[in-house]
Order: sequence, then structure tokens, then C-alpha cells
Amino acid sequence: MPKLNSPAELEELRQETLAKRDPNKPCITLCSGTGCHAYGSEKVNAAFAEEIKKQGLEGEIDIRRTGCHGFCERGTLVVIYPKEICYTNVQPEDAAEVVQSVKESKVVDRLLYTDPVTGEKITYELEIPFYANQQRTIFGPNRRIDPQNIEDYLALGGYRALAKALTQMTPEAVLEEVKRSNLRGRGGGGFSTGRKWEATRDAPGEPKYVIVNCDEGDPGAYMNRALMEGNPHSVLEGLAIGAYAIGSHEGFIYVRAEYPLAVENVGIAIRQAEEYGLLGENIFGSGFDFKVKVHRGAGAFVSGESSALMTAIEGKVGEPRPKYIHTSEKGIWDGPSCLNNVETWANVPLIINNGAAWFDSIGSERNTGTKIFSLVGKVNNTGLVEVPLGTSLRHIIYNIGGGIPGGKKFKVVQTGGPSGGCIPEQFLDSPIDFDELTKLGSMMGSGGMIVMDEDTCMVDTARYFLDFLSDESCGKCTPCREGIRQMLGILTDICEGRSKEGDIELLEELAEVVKDTSLCALGGTAPNPILTTLRYFRDEYKAHIEQKKCPAFVCKELTSYYIDPAKCEACMICLRNCPTGAIDGGKGKIHVVDQSKCTKCGTCFDICPDRFNAVVRISGEPVPPPPSEEERVIVRVEK
Amino acid sequence: MVTVELDKVDEIIDGYVGEEGILIQLLLDIQSELNWIPKEALERISERLKIPVSQIYRIASFYKAMSLTPRGKHIINVCLGTACHVRGGQRIMDRAKELLGIKEGETTPDMKFTLERVNCLGCCALGPVVVVDGEYHGKVAPAKVEKTLKSYD
Repeated sequence: MPKLNSPAELEELRQETLAKRDPNKPCITLCSGTGCHAYGSEKVNAAFAEEIKKQGLEGEIDIRRTGCHGFCERGTLVVIYPKEICYTNVQPEDAAEVVQSVKESKVVDRLLYTDPVTGEKITYELEIPFYANQQRTIFGPNRRIDPQNIEDYLALGGYRALAKALTQMTPEAVLEEVKRSNLRGRGGGGFSTGRKWEATRDAPGEPKYVIVNCDEGDPGAYMNRALMEGNPHSVLEGLAIGAYAIGSHEGFIYVRAEYPLAVENVGIAIRQAEEYGLLGENIFGSGFDFKVKVHRGAGAFVSGESSALMTAIEGKVGEPRPKYIHTSEKGIWDGPSCLNNVETWANVPLIINNGAAWFDSIGSERNTGTKIFSLVGKVNNTGLVEVPLGTSLRHIIYNIGGGIPGGKKFKVVQTGGPSGGCIPEQFLDSPIDFDELTKLGSMMGSGGMIVMDEDTCMVDTARYFLDFLSDESCGKCTPCREGIRQMLGILTDICEGRSKEGDIELLEELAEVVKDTSLCALGGTAPNPILTTLRYFRDEYKAHIEQKKCPAFVCKELTSYYIDPAKCEACMICLRNCPTGAIDGGKGKIHVVDQSKCTKCGTCFDICPDRFNAVVRISGEPVPPPPSEEERVIVRVEK
Repeated sequence: MVTVELDKVDEIIDGYVGEEGILIQLLLDIQSELNWIPKEALERISERLKIPVSQIYRIASFYKAMSLTPRGKHIINVCLGTACHVRGGQRIMDRAKELLGIKEGETTPDMKFTLERVNCLGCCALGPVVVVDGEYHGKVAPAKVEKTLKSYD
């Protein structure tokens, strides 16, 4: 491939690519993100390839493996172009029928999405409410692009923004445009991206570095991975534009060790961009040079903190350092460094192409643009959701997410990862943006949104996050290392029935100290899970402490399983499924849980048929004694 | 440690000589090649790249992706990300611990299984998730853990 030396050559290549492609030719696209991969999309892909061969349709039907579409609940997702007919939960066995239907221009009804409310079948991808209720500006191209083929990105107008920036705009003009868009960092803090760029640009010293933070460590958040795996060129293009504005010629992409596909795809993307002259020396004949390197993380949550991440890029232990000198002045190898989140960088080409005014018109006051959230937990439609900032939680959870499964009641939504907090029901109509979330005691974080229902214990949730943070604290500063451990100890005592009066107050005191005195944001925000659950669910803490009762029946040490003799029909289902053999009984003999053998795994409760509902959870009160042997005999009356 | 393995370590080091800030990437490569990082490998890196062993050890012991003890034939990863946690991931972990008789991060004495916790694999729709040797098992219930583990022999 000869290098592209000018924007005209880029456009020429785009036209050539489009001319080569027949827009009416059928194409089976398969989502190949990590979610669908886990469902077995590899096998589905192989089945399609084989079927096309078998039916002699090679050359007539294309297959494209795209990035993540976001509707992970229904993987493997298959979309048939040109009409964009969407099939969900596709299995390898379905391949023959689907290929046949493509050949005959028909639709396989049984694989279509059924709207759970209306019961109607929905044929086209974008008409499914999950998609129809979103605004997918950054994430939209994912479903049209094979991330390992740069031509797909170019065909959609890729690298036009870079061409425009390098040949029609000065670095100052690019910077101004980004500043006027009011784009805020998508990694958590929501700091103004333009101002961050400017600080690095103005800092004395050479060379300057630009960095993509793809160390997406928040559990339950995976939008960065979906972008990095599914559309790596959009991130690279944004990074190159940023580098031009800042005056940097060297970029790093820091990817988490747990994301091997992202490492692979971004590596391929860099090589292809270099081949086309979109990275490297004298890009588009503008005289601007820029090269990018990938750095794999090695499994440390704290390394996502900006100064820690930069230390890790230097090949050292990724621990944070005090930031009285900002990393924008002294970052990697003491050079001025600008670090932004994956999603932040991916917004940049859109701003350059469409203008700051366009971007500023999306979203709410001081919170412009869209944001991708990963909607997970106790929600019907698990997946990635992109909406304008300022959208209400209710819209996201109910209109897009389809509500809570199993007829359960919504309890809280947890945002912001381990540094964030839990937002209860009364705030469901609050607009979700950086400022509003902070007001509610939580934060944006990278965009994880974990829905929890009535079966979730708030003390256990706080304990879960503190356990995570205690494990991930690097131990460099004392308040974080020791404070988190002490708070975790108290929370564990509360969950396990060893709590005492005054524990809540002690937790609050510790939380204040850890918050105020820790070195980096990991410790500084570590008390948030405790503080927000205390703010909204203090009664639940009190029930654990005063009555040794877990109202959600989650804390094992405070919960017992008991079979109600009046309801047990001696069906033997729980008895057979109990993994520890703790259930005694037999045919016609009412079952009894041997409390000494029970490990409280809850299998019996889950498995007892709804028509009996004989297994009862008990907390905060003694378990009734088992019935006597005579009382356990069921006498069935013949009808 | 056998010579073959040291040769592999040497080969990996060869690919990095003369570059800056490579220690983490180098150790990751050794980890993925040998499935753990033996003491001899640390010493070899130190000798060849003139970096003190203490510095290499500090990195190898800091990061979760690096193991300084040999790992089992099958690696079990129980996801305890928030989404899996609210769907009962801990009950799965507890059951696996009971069955194998080991704690998180440990390997069974017969070197068959290593039990590890992972804080989110990002396939939350399938939660609770258990991954064995890269193979995903979704919507796992405590009663299913035994059967799943038995399928790896």
C-alpha cells in the first residue's frame, strides 16, 4: 500500500474502496466482542463460513466480524446487511437456516428479537428499543467495522478529521475547538480536556507525550474495551489529533492485561495506520510526525491512576506519586504528558469533523456530548448504552435496560466503580452527568452502572468494594493501606454478626481520615461506598448491628435456610441438589435442613418450585426446631 | 529449572535488549511462555540486563498477572466483578473452595487446579461467570460447580 500523502489521496482511496463494494451485496455480520466471544461467537462464525461453502454461495455472501454491538444480553448477535436484519442468541446450529434465508431474501422469524412488552417481533436492528432509545455517536460505527481492517474505518470517513486538523488547522485552532466543545474527561474526574491539553502544550520541556488510558479496572465497566477492540482507529485518530495540538510526537496506549483482544486489535490498527502513512513521519505531507506504542498492563487497579500509569510505562512498579507537580508538566521520563481515557480520545475526531458547536449542543449544561455506560447487574438488557449526558437513570434502566428481571424491586444503581456510590430509587429521575452524580454522593467514574435489586445487601456491597480496594491498595501511603483494612474489618464484623454499638460512628471517623489524607484518588475515594450506603441505608447497618439481621438475606453468617413443614411436599428436588447433603428427608417425608451441615449456598431456596415455596430464609431470629419424626410423615389422601 | 526453559527466557530477553522501560513487558512474556516466573528467570534477567534482582522481584511480586509459584494444569478464574457479585459470584467461589480444599490464589497439591479470582471479565450478561483455561461458563449456579470442574481432568 503506497502511503497517503494528502487529504485528496485519502478521499480518493475512500471512493475506490466504496466503488469496490456493492452496497446491495448480502453480508452476514457477527458481533465478535468479548461478550459474544464468551457465548461462542467463534463457533457461530465457523458454522456460517462452512454453510456458505456448502451451499455454494462463496463470493455471493460476505461475512464480516465486527466489534461489540453492545446488546450483550442477547449474544451471539448477527446482523444481515444490507437490510440490517438482526438475529439474537444465534447458535452454530442456526447457520444453515440463516444462510438459506439470506439467499432467498427471507427472514428467520424465530431468531428475531421479541419485544417483552408488546410481544411483537422486531426485524431491524435499530428498531429494537435497546438501540432505538440510545444516541450512538461514538459507539455506532462499531457494528459496521471489522476492527482488523482499516478499509472499513476509511470507508466510513475515517481519518478525515486528522487530515482536516493537519492540513487546514493550526495546533492552536485544534486546541481552541476542543476547548469550545466543553468536552470533559471520560475517565472519571470530568476535568476539561481542552484545559488539560493546554497545560501540557504550555509546559516547558521536550519531548512531550500523549497517552491513552485503557486500564479499565472498575469491575462491571467495559466500554473502553469495546471501543478499543471494536474501533481502535477512532482512538488512534483522536490521539494523533491531540498530539498535533499539544506538540507531541510520541504516544502510548496503556491496555489492561485482561484485555488480550484489545491489545491484538490496536496493535494491528497501528501497523495498518503506519502502512497507510496515517501514523509515522510527515503525515499527509504536513511535516507532522507521530508514532504510537502499546504498553500492556500487568494487573494492578492502582496503575489506572495517571501518575501510576506513567510510572508503569517507564517499566517500574505502577504506584502513584504526589502530584504537587502535575503530570502535564512532568510525566513520563519527566516530560510533559497528557493522559486521557479511551472514550475521551474517541470523541476528538467527531468534534473536529462536526465542530465544537455541534458537540456542545448535545447533552446538558456544562456536560456536553454523549457517554457510554455499561449497564449490568440485575437488569434485563445487560449491555453498553450510549446516551447524551443529562439523560435520566430511569430512561437508561427501564426504557433501554428493560427493567429488573424476575419481577423484583429496584433498590439502587451503583455508579463510578469502587470509588463511586449507590443511588437509591428516589433519584431515578435525576439527570446523569458529572455534577449531578457528585451531588448524589457518587461519581461518573468511567461509566459503570450496576443495577441492584431488593436481594442486595448494602452493607455487603460496601464490604465488597472495600475488600476490592484493600486488595488493590498499593500500600505506599499509610492512610489508604491501613485505613481501608480497618474499615474492611469493621464491615466484615457487621456482616458476620460480630459488630457492636459505635461501629457506624467509628467507620465514619475512619472514612473522613482516609478521604482527607490519602496520597491518590484510590484512597481518597475509597470511603465513598461506605458513605453513600450509610447516607441512604443507615437502617440496614443498624439492623445488622442491633438485631444481627440482614434484611436482604445476603450475609451468610446472619442468615439461615429453613424448610416450612406446612408447605414442604417432599418432592426431593432440594434434597438432590443440595451440594453438601445437608437436607434430610425422603419420599413422603418432610425435608429438614441440618443447620450444622448447611453452607448457606442458597441452592434449595432457588430451586424449590414456586408452587410450594417451602424454603424460607430467616435472619435476626432463631430457626424454629425441626418437626418430630411423626410429624414429618406426609399422608396423601387418595382422590 | 530445565535448560530448555532458560533458553526460552534468553530468547525473550534477546527481543528487548537495548530498549527502555521494558521490564514489565519482558516479565509478562515470560509469564505467558512458562505460566509462571521461576527464580532462575529473575536471576537471568538481572545478570543479562544489569538490573538488581530486588528491583525485578518488586515488579514480579506487585502485579497480579505475574506468578512466582508454579500454577496448576487448569486455571480456574471465578469472576467477582460487581455484576457477578450481585448475582451470587461469591457463592460460586465458596463452592469451588470447598470442593478443591484450597483458598483463592492457591494450587491443589496434585497441581491439577489453580483457583483465582478475577475482578471483572466484562461479559457481565453471562454472570456469574467462571472461566477455566479460557473457556467461559456462564450463569453458573453453586450446584453446577462440581460438574463443571469434573469435566477438566
